[in-house]
Amino acid sequence: MFLKTYIKDIYTGVTSLLKGMRRTGYYFTHHKEIITQQYPDNRATLNLPERFKGEVVMTHDTNNEHACTGCTACELACPNATIKIITKFDITPEGKKKKAIDKFVYHLELCTMCNLCVEACPTGAIKMDQTFEHSVFDRSRLTKILNQPGSKIREGVE
Amino acid sequence: MWSFSDIANNLHQWLYANVGSTWATVIEMVLAGIAVITLFAVLGLVLVLMERKVSAWMQIRLGPNRVGPKGMLQSFADTLKLMVKEGFTPGGADKFLFNFAPYLSIIVAMLLMAPIAFAKNFQLWNINIGVLYISAISSISVISILMAGWASNNKYSLVGAMRSGAQIVSYELSAGLSVITIVVLAGSLNIPDIIHSQANGWWIFKGHIPVLIAFVIFIIAVTAETNRAPFDMAEAESELTAGFHTEYSGMKFALFFLAEYVNVFIVCAIGATLFLGGWMPLHIGSWEGFNRVMDYIPSSLWFFGKIFLLIFLIMWFRWSFPRLRIDQLLNLEWKYLLPISMINLLLATVMAIGGWHF
Repeated sequence: MFLKTYIKDIYTGVTSLLKGMRRTGYYFTHHKEIITQQYPDNRATLNLPERFKGEVVMTHDTNNEHACTGCTACELACPNATIKIITKFDITPEGKKKKAIDKFVYHLELCTMCNLCVEACPTGAIKMDQTFEHSVFDRSRLTKILNQPGSKIREGVE
Repeated sequence: MWSFSDIANNLHQWLYANVGSTWATVIEMVLAGIAVITLFAVLGLVLVLMERKVSAWMQIRLGPNRVGPKGMLQSFADTLKLMVKEGFTPGGADKFLFNFAPYLSIIVAMLLMAPIAFAKNFQLWNINIGVLYISAISSISVISILMAGWASNNKYSLVGAMRSGAQIVSYELSAGLSVITIVVLAGSLNIPDIIHSQANGWWIFKGHIPVLIAFVIFIIAVTAETNRAPFDMAEAESELTAGFHTEYSGMKFALFFLAEYVNVFIVCAIGATLFLGGWMPLHIGSWEGFNRVMDYIPSSLWFFGKIFLLIFLIMWFRWSFPRLRIDQLLNLEWKYLLPISMINLLLATVMAIGGWHF
């Protein structure tokens, strides 16, 4: 009985090892079938998956207008205080005060790319971009202001 | 016809005729030393690159492909980096042993080069107990590892070294027994005699199943003896940082690294000599034409081809199998490999007495 399990152990051990070697041998002879993304040489043709998220950006149209109302929904949605919105009050031509954003501060170094801010935004002002080469020499350069200088809110966005 | 033995003989005669026998011996020793060191350097460069490429291809990666054409000069760049690095000795270490250990590991590897027949009639030292010499010297390598681990004054290094000691002491047994299988069949400890006994067929073909089993056990045991994965308990990057060479850096680390690859080369050379006919070309029974074509391939090419085949096999193991735990490692040796190789040796002896091999 002991001898039977002993021989069976040896047999299963050897066959499972050979199975593993067969797998790696297959990979060795088929190494041209690269399954990983190749990176630095093919920046122009890089094919990133749709769900890949690199950083938060604010979309601006050709008139330098964005859709951010300064409602701070994204700031509230953010789990680790990545976004800080500084608001100001614009005076409309009718003489009324209207809330608008002064600075949309985005701390890339704190961001986990969870996408909650984009989902929380009622007007679709921000989105996730696919850029990923974020390395800089100074940490302060990771703190970004997303609204472009001189931009204003698009007409009709409330 | 250019061959290693002709070059060596001509040089030998020229030296004896011109500088007298004493100086000729001295010069020959120096030349042999230079040749071995050159072989070490080339082996280090080639095997490191080969390992990295093989591992990359087995994991469907590209491997080194930046330095030089297709990454061929990668190991030169690595060597340059290791040479300019600071050789650091930790404060609490035993200075003499710490600095001596890497040299001891290289000396052992150099001593093992002596009896290996690299080509037809080309050998540094034709000693009539060649196989015994090899198995005796190769056990010294454990001392360099223990020395390094002990002198580092570091708990990881010491644990790695102790594991390595237990491992090499136990796997030496089954490696020795499978070597003895061939010695029994060939009837000699002399390496050229063992190679000549395979003129009509390599032992792995002539010796039926016992030699095949001995070959498998030999390969497993020498993989363990050279401390390579799946038996790299002594290094075990994930648990012991780097085991016995945790504290080493620069050229002293490089010597350990080189010694590992040279040891792999040597055990594969011994395996090729014992089981695959050394420099003997592949001959198949009565196919005269085929045999003659095979004879045209130089003997050194045959030998190095066989060695690199075995090295590839050992690399294949490394990149396929997970590392064994220390108790599994000793179980494998004492409960499986040793009993099997003992019974196997008995079978081979019966076969040799009966003359049942081809």
